[in-house]
Amino acid sequence: MTIARFRTILCAAAAVVALAGLADATYLTVQALTGETLLCGGSPDCFRVLGSPYARIGGIPMAAFGVLAYFSVFSFATFAAFGYARAQTFLALAVGGMFLVTLWLLYLQAFVLHAYCRYCLFSAAVTFLLAGLVIAIPSSQESSEA
Amino acid sequence: MKRFLPFIIVGLVAVATLVSGAMLYRAKQPHLLTIPHDKEVSGKSDAALMHFRGNPDAPVTLEEFGDFECPPCRNISTFLDQLAKEYDPRLRIIFRNFPLANHKHARNAALAAEAAGLQGRFWEMHDLFYREQEAWSKADDVDKLFDSYAGMIGLDIGQFKKDAGAEKAKQRVDSDQERGTSLGVKSTPTLFINNREVGPTERTPEGIRAAIDAALKASGAKPEKQ
Repeated sequence: MTIARFRTILCAAAAVVALAGLADATYLTVQALTGETLLCGGSPDCFRVLGSPYARIGGIPMAAFGVLAYFSVFSFATFAAFGYARAQTFLALAVGGMFLVTLWLLYLQAFVLHAYCRYCLFSAAVTFLLAGLVIAIPSSQESSEA
Repeated sequence: MKRFLPFIIVGLVAVATLVSGAMLYRAKQPHLLTIPHDKEVSGKSDAALMHFRGNPDAPVTLEEFGDFECPPCRNISTFLDQLAKEYDPRLRIIFRNFPLANHKHARNAALAAEAAGLQGRFWEMHDLFYREQEAWSKADDVDKLFDSYAGMIGLDIGQFKKDAGAEKAKQRVDSDQERGTSLGVKSTPTLFINNREVGPTERTPEGIRAAIDAALKASGAKPEKQ
């Protein structure tokens, strides 16, 4: 298998994984907009996380930023899979930023809120998987050298 | 064609996300509940069967279905207390027990509040439970804590312990919960203002005040519908 082919497969895989994150973030955004996260009824731990002040930035649900982030990652990964060299740089930057934000959110859940929301954990897993894929993607320079 | 393919894929995913998000939003829009006429609370006749603050003949009734272990119920309780004073004598606030099954100590707290109520101290216990929610909701043995709370508000502790396990307290909690279930209540806090549910996104100080003002205005137009 050529490096270029391997890169295409990994970028396509990153796009598919980003779709899972996009679905999760969309669901959480809708929950926040309908006010479901302001009520007790479902999982108490999820309420503690999603109903906490950290779940919104300037009144906007954190999950909405997640939608934008995952959609960006999906777009960059798709373009990178089609050989757009600059898209791969943007993909690495976006996933790097999301990785840092995910670490911060995990810290909040573990040490500040003392509660974990399974949707947030799923999102963290998706981001970690994306980070792994992005690290594994060979740079476009490598493929041109090959 | 291959040149445009990534644009087409990204565009399709953007449209799919927006459409599915909009559909989910529509599906999740809360269906606001209404208390039917045969289940409306009448003034003084029902006073002995419920816990309320304010004027029993007030033109506006706010009925809350709450759970002592629910953080949003705690957040709203201080505000509701403030509202009772602010709108006195035009507002009556009723509290109904609706302990959720996924809250470990909620039912015990409801029973303890009812036991306090049997000694005429329901609201003192109600306020104390919300104030101390962080402490007791994480405790393993709440009974000892509840006994100490009973002492703090001046209850006869022996009687309190007896009442908390007695049939009367259970009946009151069950009766509140059955009422809530029959009305379609599923989460807490659920608020009704003059028999109409306040939507989750309207459960802000401004939203609740606006709903009370609207109900006051409506009751002024039709005073017989108190």
